[in-house]
Amino acid sequence: MSKMAIPTAQPSGFPRTLRRSPRRAVSAAVWYIVMIFASILVVIPFIWMISTSFKDATEVFSYPITWIPKQLRWQNYIDAWHAAPFARYFFNSGVVAFAVTLGQLISCSLAAFAFARMNFIGKNFMFSLFLSTTMISTQVTLIPSYLVIKQLNWQDTYQGLIVPFLANAFGVFMIRQAFMGLPRELEDAARLDGCSRLRFLWQIAIPLTRPVLGAQALFAFMGNWNSYLWPLVVTNRQEMRTLQIGLRYFVSQEGGTQWGIYMAAAVMVTIPVILFYFLVQKSFVEGIATTGIKR
Amino acid sequence: MNDSESNPIVTNFVHSGWWRRWGEETFSAYAFLLPSILIFIVFTFFPVIFSFISSFLRWNLPYKAVAAGFDNYVDLVSGPVTSQVFWKSVWNTFYFMLGIPINMILALILALLLNRKLPGVALFRTAFFLPTITSMAAISVVWIWLYHPSDYGLFNSLLMEVGLPVQRWLRDPVLAMPCLILMGVWHGIGYNIIIFLAGLQAIPRELYEVAEIDGAGTTAKFFYVTWPQLSPTTFYILVIGVINSLQAFTEIDVMTQGGPLNVTTTLAYYLYQEAFKYFRIGMGSAVAVILFFILLILTLLQFKVLEKKVYYE
Repeated sequence: MSKMAIPTAQPSGFPRTLRRSPRRAVSAAVWYIVMIFASILVVIPFIWMISTSFKDATEVFSYPITWIPKQLRWQNYIDAWHAAPFARYFFNSGVVAFAVTLGQLISCSLAAFAFARMNFIGKNFMFSLFLSTTMISTQVTLIPSYLVIKQLNWQDTYQGLIVPFLANAFGVFMIRQAFMGLPRELEDAARLDGCSRLRFLWQIAIPLTRPVLGAQALFAFMGNWNSYLWPLVVTNRQEMRTLQIGLRYFVSQEGGTQWGIYMAAAVMVTIPVILFYFLVQKSFVEGIATTGIKR
Repeated sequence: MNDSESNPIVTNFVHSGWWRRWGEETFSAYAFLLPSILIFIVFTFFPVIFSFISSFLRWNLPYKAVAAGFDNYVDLVSGPVTSQVFWKSVWNTFYFMLGIPINMILALILALLLNRKLPGVALFRTAFFLPTITSMAAISVVWIWLYHPSDYGLFNSLLMEVGLPVQRWLRDPVLAMPCLILMGVWHGIGYNIIIFLAGLQAIPRELYEVAEIDGAGTTAKFFYVTWPQLSPTTFYILVIGVINSLQAFTEIDVMTQGGPLNVTTTLAYYLYQEAFKYFRIGMGSAVAVILFFILLILTLLQFKVLEKKVYYE
């Protein structure tokens, strides 16, 4: 957990000044109290979610409330898992997010390479065209995009969930920036040796810019895993729903009393993402801090 | 490639100066751009044009579309039933944006606090960032339970603890929107903290040192160094906040479906209802066009107003 990396603040022990000056020690103590209080406030909904997920029906509706369940009812998780096809939802979300990520990496690297390392007629125009797509909100394209999918008979299909997201101008700009940093001589040398552009891109440019591509992949994956509006619109059949939509229908269809089971489902949906985040938080935070992109 | 070598015309063309200078590279470049361009044409540019066109049609599925001139817009602005919901949703859209300044102020305070070298600071940062990475849909489900109108919802239990009357929260027309805003601030604050922290750490140390030599205290340092140096970051967060706020959908759909009494129906949600609940494609498109222009005007306005105030080195 101590890996969280915003550059400067990584001390290995208490700063020397702290031990010397009582005034600083008091200020540090106040700081800790404020921070602990604030972070508890922020974490409470998660604690309440986990706590409720282990309660039986009577304890869920009991006053005064209990933070630690009287006994841990794992059955809630089993019940939730069987009450809706959550395995299928996980599978669908995984397939879609993975395919979108891979597709975006390919389409973005190709376009980024053209913008970063090639001179061609209409380059400025194409660049502003790509730029303009970032200013168009999802809602404005929602209805016609849906009609396109309907026309193609792609409702309730993986391609309907995947294809509209296979291009991403933000990704193009990010990767372009990285490609522009590659030395000119590198490409010239490779080209002299008869290396085609595509091969240079695949064998030299991409391996050299792996951190940027990794960050981009992370954003694409998380963004799609969490996406809601589009899957809601293009899926009807239960077995094609993604995790987010599945969870939403699971909670609303039951008439709203089995909160122990609902929270168990919510834990199943959120905890994998949080664990995944702990694995990759360094690149994630750095990616946001340097690019500001979270999509 | 081999075929073209044998054809004298093609050979001449391929070896001509123009092709060598521009043709080959342009051709390859467009081949590289092609996958992205195709997707953008079908799912961005065509839809934008289509939305403009269909906003001038009366098109209620499954019936066929009929030209309707400005009827949809007139209906939205002054029609007997629709205009009520429309103007309410315009109001709600801006009301919902109240979360942006709240979020920014809290995020800035927390970022200033977190910008210190004390043990454990990484742990606190992680805590504030947790809500941001979890999906809005799952988080909304959790907050429905927090806001549960019975005595057993967390908020109501706390109210009872201190002897206040229980509330209906999301089902209360007055409280529903503040409830959504509060959850939105909670969910989005980690992201803004990260951006503010990056901005704070980019401020050159020397500026503070110079200010200290001039006798500036903590407050003076904030207003004369931190705040002006941070203004591009603040501006960026504001723009992103407005764009995200205009597009907010998930929490509304999961938690309130625009209710009660339409108090949480924003323009984005109203668009969804018109098109996907009542199947009025033309009407929905008109809302989409209006949303498009609101976003455009707000973005231009932000640039105009803030360009002068934003401090660039």
